[in-house]
Amino acid sequence: MPGGNGRRVAVVAGCRTPFCRAGTVLKDVRAVDLARLAARELVHRTNLDGAEVDQVIWGQVVPSALVPNVGREVSLLPQFPKEIPAYSLNRACASANQAVTAAHDQIVLGHADVILAGGVESLSDIPILASRRLADILVEASKAKTAVQRVKAFAKIRPRDLIPVSPAIAEPSTGETMGQSAEKMAKENRISREAQDRWALRSHQLAAQGSADGRLTAEIVPVFPSRPGDPIVTEDNGIRRDTSLEQMAKLKPVFDRRYGSVTAANSSPLTDGAAAVLLMNGEAARALGYEPLAYVRSYAIGAVDPGWQLLQAPVFTVPRALERAGVAWKDLGLIEIHEAFAAQVLSNLKGFEERGWEINEDIINVMGGSIAIGHPFGATGGRLVTTLANEMKRRDVQFGLISVCAQGGMASAIVLERR
Amino acid sequence: MPGPALTWELADGVAIVTFDLKDSPVNKFSRAVKDEFLATFTALEQDRAVRAIAVFSGKPDNFIAGADIEEFVTIGSAAEAERLAAEGQEMMDRVTRFPKPVAVGIHGACLGGGLEFALACHYRVATDHPKTQLGLPEVQLGILPGASGCQRLPRLIGARAALDIILAGRSERAPKAFRLGMVDELVHPAILQDITIAAARRLADGWRPRRRRPGGVLAWLLDRNPLGRRLVFRAARRQVLERTKGHYPAPLAALEAVEHGLKHGMAEGLKREARLFGQLAVTDVSRKLVQIFFATTQLKKDFGIPNAPPPTAVQRLAIVGAGFMGSGIAGTAIVQAGVDVRMKDADLPRVATGLAAARAPLDDRLRRHRIAKYEYARLAALLSGGDGYAGFGRADLVIEAVFEDLSVKQQVLREVEAAARDDAVFASNTSTIPIARIAEAARRPERVIGMHFFSPVDRMPLLEVIPAARTAPGVVSTAVGFGRRLGKTVIVVKDTPGFWVNRILAPYANEVGHLLAEGASIEEIDAAAVGFGFPVGPVTLLDEVGLDVAEKVSQVMGAAFGERLQATAGVAALVKAGRLGRKSGRGFYRYGGGKKRGVDPAVYELLGVHPNGGPRLAEILQRLVDGMLNEAARAVGDSVVGTPRDGDIGAIFGFGFPPFRGGPLRHADDLGAARLVAELERLAERYGPRFAPCEVLQEQARRGSKFYP
Repeated sequence: MPGGNGRRVAVVAGCRTPFCRAGTVLKDVRAVDLARLAARELVHRTNLDGAEVDQVIWGQVVPSALVPNVGREVSLLPQFPKEIPAYSLNRACASANQAVTAAHDQIVLGHADVILAGGVESLSDIPILASRRLADILVEASKAKTAVQRVKAFAKIRPRDLIPVSPAIAEPSTGETMGQSAEKMAKENRISREAQDRWALRSHQLAAQGSADGRLTAEIVPVFPSRPGDPIVTEDNGIRRDTSLEQMAKLKPVFDRRYGSVTAANSSPLTDGAAAVLLMNGEAARALGYEPLAYVRSYAIGAVDPGWQLLQAPVFTVPRALERAGVAWKDLGLIEIHEAFAAQVLSNLKGFEERGWEINEDIINVMGGSIAIGHPFGATGGRLVTTLANEMKRRDVQFGLISVCAQGGMASAIVLERR
Repeated sequence: MPGPALTWELADGVAIVTFDLKDSPVNKFSRAVKDEFLATFTALEQDRAVRAIAVFSGKPDNFIAGADIEEFVTIGSAAEAERLAAEGQEMMDRVTRFPKPVAVGIHGACLGGGLEFALACHYRVATDHPKTQLGLPEVQLGILPGASGCQRLPRLIGARAALDIILAGRSERAPKAFRLGMVDELVHPAILQDITIAAARRLADGWRPRRRRPGGVLAWLLDRNPLGRRLVFRAARRQVLERTKGHYPAPLAALEAVEHGLKHGMAEGLKREARLFGQLAVTDVSRKLVQIFFATTQLKKDFGIPNAPPPTAVQRLAIVGAGFMGSGIAGTAIVQAGVDVRMKDADLPRVATGLAAARAPLDDRLRRHRIAKYEYARLAALLSGGDGYAGFGRADLVIEAVFEDLSVKQQVLREVEAAARDDAVFASNTSTIPIARIAEAARRPERVIGMHFFSPVDRMPLLEVIPAARTAPGVVSTAVGFGRRLGKTVIVVKDTPGFWVNRILAPYANEVGHLLAEGASIEEIDAAAVGFGFPVGPVTLLDEVGLDVAEKVSQVMGAAFGERLQATAGVAALVKAGRLGRKSGRGFYRYGGGKKRGVDPAVYELLGVHPNGGPRLAEILQRLVDGMLNEAARAVGDSVVGTPRDGDIGAIFGFGFPPFRGGPLRHADDLGAARLVAELERLAERYGPRFAPCEVLQEQARRGSKFYP
């Protein structure tokens, strides 16, 4: 099923900011600025004339209350004409995947030839909410017509109303946090603590290798400080070059202190970062003089009951994408699986194996994954598409797969092809 | 009978008068326009259907630019000029005493006579548009606001605020003008007409607007009692003298006109204002300043080459070298031209420093509330950089500002050609290296040109554009056009060592070494030049430029022109001792906390000289100035500049040659070639052949000709 309407969608290029643990070196940079930086740098790296861009689509899971449509702020960069429409979307951890596939659809439909897609998350820049009671009182006070009414409204405030509420990473439908879900999956799928730690170690080692040989860092744009003299951020800061199984084994499980196995070391950290991907109609790419890295062959999305195994939807979604692509599992030359938790990755792989698919670890996450590199929810899909497409080119691999699990029991799978 | 400028129509009792001067991009007051105003006002007075008047401009972004300067320069005598001023005052008086209310709606520049007219009206509405600026720039032309501006403005907004505007020839943006009380209302352009007409109608119905004088207690203490005013005037006079060093009579005369009027009443003030205007109008200073005004106006339309093709509009600029010059160009480009700027340097820390420096003028504007934070964010996002040539393929123009070394610049040129589009222009910001030499490394030498900026880029108004022999004409237009968008006055100069500015500065700077060797003191040398009207003396100038840079330039000049422009060893000795001028905190002077801290006596020791009298001040001055005039004349003979006009503008805007002297070539004309040649011959005999008068001056002396016939 290559393309539709006779149009193929090319992945031309991608780049991203460094992915940094939340609250560290990027904590003073707003999400919108990270997104704009990645987008602008991609424009420069591809020598793109901003006027060629037809649409901007951006993923973000926890938007700032002040910038609800970050995509529009990206398309209002001065490098673009002001007439490029843009929207932001939320498909949880698969948001940037969704931005890429939405761009794919627009191009296939003939509504656009060039789309800048991407995603961003700054967990250093999340909205802190006032308590429900305080919010009600403030609204009441703002509607008050007399000073007395206003004072009366404010008089209702109690100290406990002033405690701010921060959004939790818990399923609204079940109340279960991500980590509890991973813990449950580890138990139900019998994923051992050691296997999880091994996967996490592998993630760090491969990411360190990919950074050292320049394959990963080639995708990273530096973040210059706003104050002169502050450090320039040029690399991911979650990758541990010196960790070991022994060190990891020392950590206590977080979500089930007695019988649990999910620890901080075998989970992805809260992360700040942005990623951008340039997609084009294949013909337009050639006309503009670009040599595509890869093409989108197919994609699929899916969901499971969040109360079952929250992060196991890829097991049902990847087969659908492969079927649409007309590509067999064994034909895949490279696979990128999002690593929310090692327990989730291994559960996903187990699920694939149960379909009779042979797991060849040598082609999976060859430069590490989200556990080491980090996981800015809205941006990870952009990183995966860029990394996969670049590595497919380097290894001259014909088919590649991206599999991402997402909050809400959802998943996204994308199949790329080289030629 | 319709005249050339004014039309009016009646709308519900209000006469809407539109000023739209035919065949002119802006509205100006001339005798003919004045007559038409008077005739129109007479008609409006007699027309019973007219209850009130509302005046507007028919130009899109200009209200009234002021008086017609072409007409002004034809004035032959002080008496004639005084009469002209008195006529202007009468017209304004006619407006003020007009029996029906006159409201004015101001959009665009409202300057000089335009503002004086607005001040004479009964109600002023202005748009809150950035193009709307109100001011009295007359002193910049060596005259004063002579159509009652010196009387009306202080009466409206207080003496202090009025002096700020009049004495500096300043223009204020509309919001500031509103805060000062110069206008009664500030509105969106779309409703300017409606609001102004409504105000005129209400005035006709008997409404009297209440104006509160701004400023509070301080204003009462200083502006509204004679004792306070005396303090204000004393302080203003001191400031003017500090700024003009007595070379410019106009601000002092304006001060007198204002003071006299406040002391003795409007009628006496007007008389004094007109008389002083008459005196100023025929001064040599005013003539020179008007000539400069005309020259810069012409230069705005002149691309410096015959049959210049239209310039390519540069939208994206790339800069190699994120140092002081590179970041200065970048910052100016985003602030002035709003172009996308990509900077490249060898490593990221340099890029980071360059980006921060380029943003500095923007940060400054934000701090001073000159731009909103949204505008700041938009402009700041234009700027980016990296350690590679990413983005250079998007650039229309690439400027290199790397280390001043031929092979480095050629290497950069090769790399840029590999990364940039074939039709991109490559400009070298060199001060010494011939552009043709750099272009030898080019695959497309026709796209290579020189753009010599002066430091600091955001403040220095001149740009030298240097086409090499093979540079395409369109490339020259593009470079000149872009320089103008950066707010620079651009002159096109020939590709010879030192171009124009550094060429004529060379003998001036070199003379410092000779003078010091002969026992002159650093303070004396600088004082002589400042006394002549230079903003700073040559020694301070060397410190500002940087002694390492000066040394480099002088080596090139010495190598190119031989003994005549050979520098003495002084500067080199200081550079060797680690004294690089202001930037290193030590040069000829010491610097601390951003200020000059006086001459460093250790310098004399280092140079092995002793300040023990040396030549007299007048002799020092003659050596400094005549050497420069001689070299300027010689460079004109070598066709380094296309016209004497370009040469004079280059010297005035490039290093502050005293504007009231009109530039080195005008000044040479004023002295007369015969006298100059005689002086130079004497200096040559006494101090050496470097002073030998050049062929151009000798020829002029023989034939009695001039640079400006």
